[in-house]
Amino acid sequence: MRRAAAGLNPVQWLAVPMLICIVAAILFAMPARAFGFQMPEPMWALVPAFAWGVIRPSVLAPFALLILGLFFDGFWGGPIGLWALALLIVYGVVIALRNILSGQSELMMFAWYVGCIALAMAVGYVFMVFGELGRPGPLSIFWQFLITVALYPAAAWLIERFEDQDVRFR
Amino acid sequence: MALKEGQFGELKVPLTWTAAVALIVAGIVAVALLVNDRRETLQNQAYGVTRQAVDTVAAPVSGAVAAPGRWTRSVVDWVGDYFFAVSDNRKLKAELVEMRQWRDVALAQRDINERYRTLMGLRTDPPIPMVAARVISDSRGPFANTRLADAGGDKGVISGNPVMSEHGLIGRVVGVGANVSRVLLLTDTTSRTPVMIDRTNARSILTGDGGPNPRLEYLRGRDPVKEGDRIVTSGDGGVLPRGLPVGVAVKGLDGAWRVALFADSTPIDYVRILLFRDFGQLADQKSLSTTQLPTPKTEDPEAFKQQSILGNTPPPPAGGTTPPATVTPAPAQPAPAPAAPRPPAPQPAAPATTPGTPQ
Repeated sequence: MRRAAAGLNPVQWLAVPMLICIVAAILFAMPARAFGFQMPEPMWALVPAFAWGVIRPSVLAPFALLILGLFFDGFWGGPIGLWALALLIVYGVVIALRNILSGQSELMMFAWYVGCIALAMAVGYVFMVFGELGRPGPLSIFWQFLITVALYPAAAWLIERFEDQDVRFR
Repeated sequence: MALKEGQFGELKVPLTWTAAVALIVAGIVAVALLVNDRRETLQNQAYGVTRQAVDTVAAPVSGAVAAPGRWTRSVVDWVGDYFFAVSDNRKLKAELVEMRQWRDVALAQRDINERYRTLMGLRTDPPIPMVAARVISDSRGPFANTRLADAGGDKGVISGNPVMSEHGLIGRVVGVGANVSRVLLLTDTTSRTPVMIDRTNARSILTGDGGPNPRLEYLRGRDPVKEGDRIVTSGDGGVLPRGLPVGVAVKGLDGAWRVALFADSTPIDYVRILLFRDFGQLADQKSLSTTQLPTPKTEDPEAFKQQSILGNTPPPPAGGTTPPATVTPAPAQPAPAPAAPRPPAPQPAAPATTPGTPQ
């Protein structure tokens, strides 16, 4: 009870997932191939963007997502601010729908997660079409969407790990 | 007086609202950065200090992370070479026989080309210096396809330099740090590369879409391309030299013509950065875009006097104004050519020929 009243430790639920995302992105950016195929490139930061919104509202989380998004934009060489904006939009949607999301079954949570990933990809597509006058191929978007959806167990674990640690927001 | 003891001491702002405010502030920052970002431009200063700093920090980290993968691949290659030495030897011998024939053809063509160039007085392109670099990181998403190479401004790399693997073109440099450079791949959504079909000389723009096979756009003419046609750079626009190998034409699932890149056939470990500077980049753009007209000059009567056949034209008054250009009447014969070229007079010129001069 004392632990729940004390709230969450920001290092545990914000800083550690951030660090894991950054390390994973660097590892998977190796110029390597396995059996002729390139390594997959999921959008790691969408996992905490979804999970942090479900766990509880926070003042620090949006800025953590901003930093994560800017890191991914800079490291991958994309438009600076694109992933930061997509992550914040996903986080905002999840925060707004927290009351609906809470208490849902695992299957429904997975469906919401898939919807959030699709939203982030749609934000990226719309910006590339109108902002950069490019047209990303649907197949390339689909591959990144699919491999990011496959990270759902990590998001579910993060929610499971921290959701019950601060009962004020349940 | 402490805040808790004042009239606002009992005021509590719900965390949801403060989180919403934080979200809006972070969103505004992201939008501002996104709107001001300029990524694909050739201007080096537009690349930004932030990106250069990220690249400079990422280079040693990515280099260290990529090293084990590189070592593993070397070991696998070494083992493969050991076990497949005999079959490789046979294959290489067969290729050598074929290549000898092509060598004779190439030598003959080179001889013919040199003769033609001499006859026509063509200015051939000078050899392009290049720098070898190792690729240390690779991003492959739908919204960014770039690579980091460990050669930068210290080796003379500048924005816009083409980058090739041992098989063909892979992209161009869009950002340069002290010892690292960011390469925008042909497959990036913002990449536009002027290319041509080697067989028909038909021009096209190679447009990346985040996938492995970029599209051929703006193709003109009847059947300008067919399956298997070789695609090379056209050199139009001056950013890339003409004739760099790019790939072969393939029909995509969506019915559009696409290119299977030569550079995609093997992992890209090392690249060559061509230190290419086109005439358009070397030229002084300020002097080309100037609108100032040259200073008008009138003809020098002294010089004209020396050229006159009569030679008895009176000298002009000492302090007077320059007389207008006139032509002394001459007998019916062609006027002699001036000794030195003179700038044209600004006013309507006097008749170029004397009366009776044949035209």
